[in-house]
Amino acid sequence: MSDWIDAVKTRLGRGAPAEEGAIRAALLRSDRFRQEREEDWKRLDSIVLRLEQGRIRRLSDEDLLELPVLYRGLVSSLSIARETSLDQATVQWLEALAQRAWFQLHGARLGFGGWLKGFFTGGWSRAVRGMGLDLLIAFAVLVVGTVLGWLLVAHDPQWYGALVGGAGDVRVPGASREVLRGTLFGTQDQDGLGAFAAYLFGHNAQISILCFALGFAFGVPTLMLLVQNAGMLGAMLWLFHGQGLTFDVVGWLSIHGTTELFAITLAGAAGLHIGRAVAFPGRRGAMAAAAEAGCRGAVVMLGVVLMLVVAGLLEGFARQLIQDTLRRLAVGGGMLGFWLLYFFAYGRQRVVSKRHG
Amino acid sequence: MADPRRDDPRRRVLVTPEGLTVPFTLASRGSRFGALLIDLICMGLSLLLSAIAIGFTAGSLSEMGQHLRGGTAQDHAMQALFALWIITAFLIRNAWFIAFELGPRGATPGKRLMRIRIAARDGARLTPERVIARNLLRDIELFLPLIMLGSSIGQGDNTGWLATLWFLLFALLPLFNRDRLRAGDLIAGTWVVERPRKPLARAMTEQAAHAPAAAYRFRDTDLAAYGEYELQRLEEVLRLRKDDQMALVATAICDKIGWNTPHGADVGPFLDAYYTQLRERLEGGMRMGRRKADKHA
Repeated sequence: MSDWIDAVKTRLGRGAPAEEGAIRAALLRSDRFRQEREEDWKRLDSIVLRLEQGRIRRLSDEDLLELPVLYRGLVSSLSIARETSLDQATVQWLEALAQRAWFQLHGARLGFGGWLKGFFTGGWSRAVRGMGLDLLIAFAVLVVGTVLGWLLVAHDPQWYGALVGGAGDVRVPGASREVLRGTLFGTQDQDGLGAFAAYLFGHNAQISILCFALGFAFGVPTLMLLVQNAGMLGAMLWLFHGQGLTFDVVGWLSIHGTTELFAITLAGAAGLHIGRAVAFPGRRGAMAAAAEAGCRGAVVMLGVVLMLVVAGLLEGFARQLIQDTLRRLAVGGGMLGFWLLYFFAYGRQRVVSKRHG
Repeated sequence: MADPRRDDPRRRVLVTPEGLTVPFTLASRGSRFGALLIDLICMGLSLLLSAIAIGFTAGSLSEMGQHLRGGTAQDHAMQALFALWIITAFLIRNAWFIAFELGPRGATPGKRLMRIRIAARDGARLTPERVIARNLLRDIELFLPLIMLGSSIGQGDNTGWLATLWFLLFALLPLFNRDRLRAGDLIAGTWVVERPRKPLARAMTEQAAHAPAAAYRFRDTDLAAYGEYELQRLEEVLRLRKDDQMALVATAICDKIGWNTPHGADVGPFLDAYYTQLRERLEGGMRMGRRKADKHA
């Protein structure tokens, strides 16, 4: 250290004692510490700034390689500074830089693209399997709701209007077989298919997001929403059954319904999953349980929205273009088989190998 | 450690995997509200702009309706535009916050302007599922009750009260928990923190005004009067360098240590000298494991 002071002295010339005192005053040990490291800190600052602005391509390989090194250097500088320096401005600046660098190092490593790849190659199906009990409950509620809807309208057709609504629709109790058949095989929707598909998607996606978000209130509104939608389904099945069109309406529903109902079941399950975590957090504590359930639910929900895109396309295009019940059933059954395989058979290997490795 | 911000209720400390404690400051409610407002305005503007763009391409919107069920090539183009509009509106409503918060800054335009961002509450990585989860909840926190309120005002029925209650239930949630979490934060395990960004100030002793300070020499007993807390207050005063403030502080110090109060141009060098020598003494003590938090210690 004294070498360094001598070097400064010779550079400045020994002539001015007052100035020498000033320099000596400037050389508080903590300020020397800062002078020695400031270059590295500022380099890290500029790298982090470029990362924050999304200009990752403008970073040289050298910068990227050095980022962790500089970060570790900063971390040690900060802990030394906290113990030895009373330069408040510097310590605060270092803390802020450590925070920003930490966000970049621990936040952007994977990127959304990488995450999405993991999502499709097992992340999604694992999240679905992670809420098995909720899936069972949601499915059971849908079945019960459908039966309930059927029984209600069978008991008193007045219920039909309350369950299905839809003023101006021809599908009402008392409608003739021809009219009802016309809604299943009609070509009146052949035009405007794209807009129709987009509308269906938007509507269903908003409902499913609602189903998920309402799970927050202990899952109760989610259950109500599921029952309501299932009741509508049951009432419609009853209506078509009354005119001997059961087979045809099942085909009409199945082509998109296997995907759409599956997606709604998943959204309901995600909502219930959160509701259960909030109500019965177990040993982890309510906050941790809610956060874990919420993250798993979010993964499922991204998938639900994607499934509803598929369902919207099937409903908007395939159902209108395929006018044969057997072929409709084949497409619907195929989709159901695909989803079941994807959710319950795919991605298991990965988990096993991860646990062992 | 004498930290002037130690009593700040918004301060939180996280321990990183390196064992480093990183302090965070929770975003104030005002800046979060401001950020939301900015984002909503931006969303509204993008909705309007895309409507204008699509409507402009379509010629006129009223004509569009007639073309939706037609069969000519022009009708098909209209349908495609209509579908595009539905998808755009859906994305602006549901993906605006998600898309921006997934970025490297973890902030929407509104949050960026208010200098705040979201972070994982447990110090782990901010994963996409957290971002998605916290923003899907916005639908029941904000959009649905507001839509319901709007329609009830339009129709003049009584559901307005229910919508208001619903809205307030979620809007007031951040007021009633320690970490100011809204429902989405609770579900996702996130919180909103301040994003500090200020340039590195020059070291006090490197500043040009500091040079004449060597004229003053303080005895050990003079320096023993104060601790770290007072040193940091003094640093703040010296960085601002306001004359009246500095004169006040100099008088206080001289009263305490029994010196003659300096006047006029002497105040600056006096305070600079006291600062440097006090810091040298306190830092020397720190290396020996002795710390003096404030003048009472």
